[in-house]
Amino acid sequence: MPPRRAKRVAATSPVAKAPTGIQGLDEITSGGLPKGRPTLICGGPGCGKTILAMEFLINGALHQREPGVFVSFEETIEDLTLNFASVGFDPRPLAARKLLALEHVRVLPHEIQETGGYDLEGLFIRLADAIDRIGAKRVVLDTIESLFSGLSDTRVLRAELRRLFDWLRAKGVTAIVTGERGDGKLTRQGLEEYITDCVILLDHRVNEQNATRRLRVVKYRGSTHGVNEAPFFIDDHGISVLPITSMGLEHAVPTGRVSSGMVEIDGMMGRRGFFRGSSILVSGGAGTGKTSIAGYFVDAACRRKESSLYFAFEESTDQIERNLGSIGIDLAPWLRNGRLRVHAARPTTSGLEGHLSTMLRLIDERRPRVVVVDPISNLISVGTTIEVKAMLARLIDIMKVRQITALFTSLTGDDSHPADIDQGISSFMDSWIVLRNIERNGERTRSLAVLKSRGMSHSNQVREFVLTAKGLALLDVVRDRGRVLVGSERVAHLTGRAHAAAQHSIPRARRS
Amino acid sequence: MTAKRTPRTRATRKPAPAGEFYDLRLYVAGQTSRSLAAITNLRKICKEHLAGRYRIRVIDLLEHPQLARGDQILALPTLVRKLPEPIRKLVGDLSDTERALVGLDLRPRTPTGR
Repeated sequence: MPPRRAKRVAATSPVAKAPTGIQGLDEITSGGLPKGRPTLICGGPGCGKTILAMEFLINGALHQREPGVFVSFEETIEDLTLNFASVGFDPRPLAARKLLALEHVRVLPHEIQETGGYDLEGLFIRLADAIDRIGAKRVVLDTIESLFSGLSDTRVLRAELRRLFDWLRAKGVTAIVTGERGDGKLTRQGLEEYITDCVILLDHRVNEQNATRRLRVVKYRGSTHGVNEAPFFIDDHGISVLPITSMGLEHAVPTGRVSSGMVEIDGMMGRRGFFRGSSILVSGGAGTGKTSIAGYFVDAACRRKESSLYFAFEESTDQIERNLGSIGIDLAPWLRNGRLRVHAARPTTSGLEGHLSTMLRLIDERRPRVVVVDPISNLISVGTTIEVKAMLARLIDIMKVRQITALFTSLTGDDSHPADIDQGISSFMDSWIVLRNIERNGERTRSLAVLKSRGMSHSNQVREFVLTAKGLALLDVVRDRGRVLVGSERVAHLTGRAHAAAQHSIPRARRS
Repeated sequence: MTAKRTPRTRATRKPAPAGEFYDLRLYVAGQTSRSLAAITNLRKICKEHLAGRYRIRVIDLLEHPQLARGDQILALPTLVRKLPEPIRKLVGDLSDTERALVGLDLRPRTPTGR
């Protein structure tokens, strides 16, 4: 019984869709833009309207065999060609194959003297000519509001725009009409009054020097759609939209186990390690050994001949290699044979969605079985806790679907309380290991505890561990009169026991 | 669509700017009443103000849609003055003679001339 699939189909609306081919956008719109109808894409300058529209045409031409016309009211054909190139695409070969046509409609402000009644039949004729020449199924009008700067009779313009959109519908072309955001309105000229089939709003805001882009489907007549703002990202591969909550909780739950790389920790996790495809949070203060645990985890994966991916947001590849080398983990062979790939980046090099986009691309390329993100807390510097949560939710969703086991480290400020970010994200995590520096009797000892681990009986003990050149070692629990001893107390206790044992053994030896 | 220059006429009329040759193109779509009005209005203006030094070409975009691109035609009717330079564009049926004359530079632009 495939209930998941059946539900999907039922949820899909009867409105026919034209896929945009843009990662994420087709997810949010349950399949694409309304086929044969105009869609309004609005937003401020530089928000990515033109690039989105371009990708819609390119993908239509390449993957749906739907020829498209790009009508620019602002850019010349040469500029448009360059613009297409900026998203990694040369429009000329497609144009030669009659799958794409570029048309520049020039509107210069106040160039034109008005001497009596007119209409925009000339524009209609040009559009019809361009559409018919290549049998276009997709049309982009970017940005049609420019007409208002060149012609002054707004009454005529409005009537003609209404006629234009009706005409596009009658032609049955799937169109994108772009509009600049206006004061208190979605577009300066209120195009949203004419195009009610589908309206998508793009936003580009700068938050503490980090630019973030957002996309929201404002309305979509006759179709379900995601209503949340979704971050999106533009790079030389074009646009990727990263819907935050599109996945739901539908992924298959595997029951296989993955070793943490440390027998002792595996032992604490119901003796067999983490669940395959689960997410593990390792949080703790500075110097508590988070990266070491991450190191054991990837080392073990590489030993199992699994591809691993390590996202480092604090240290460079060399630093990680050196530091883990100091506790006896040698990553060099794995880096050499490609089983391990470390992607080191400063959190501030791009916005959150930039990082997410890169991470998703690397995951796509490398198909890792295990992933480490070290540390996620550093991402707070480029986004708010809510944004980081949203990003992680998305990342975890994708990794769960692919059954990637992921380990996240998080730096907590205070040893005694988990940081806000941990509280916030712990609900996404299947296992949560907390590392602490315990200060007692004038010394610091490291401790490790499994705060939670879903679906398994895990240890409740707080275990002391040491980091030595030979590696991380969890010390055996030493109890004395119902108390767990740590640090020098345990050493003293153990030495005392050893002495006692020695004293016992000596006479025995003599006796023999 | 290359504008055909007419050096002969130019040479004879050179001194006075008012005497320049006018090369005019009127873009219309079909035989609508607005198209016909534009043609009539244009002929009248030319006869009165440009006697003997003008040429009118009427282009029906329904027959030649590809010609709309060259002169960047959107609104119809549109009158394009190819000569004398610079190129001027006038949209509408030319029923407002005053504005038409200003647009063709046959009457000085006043501060409120638009």
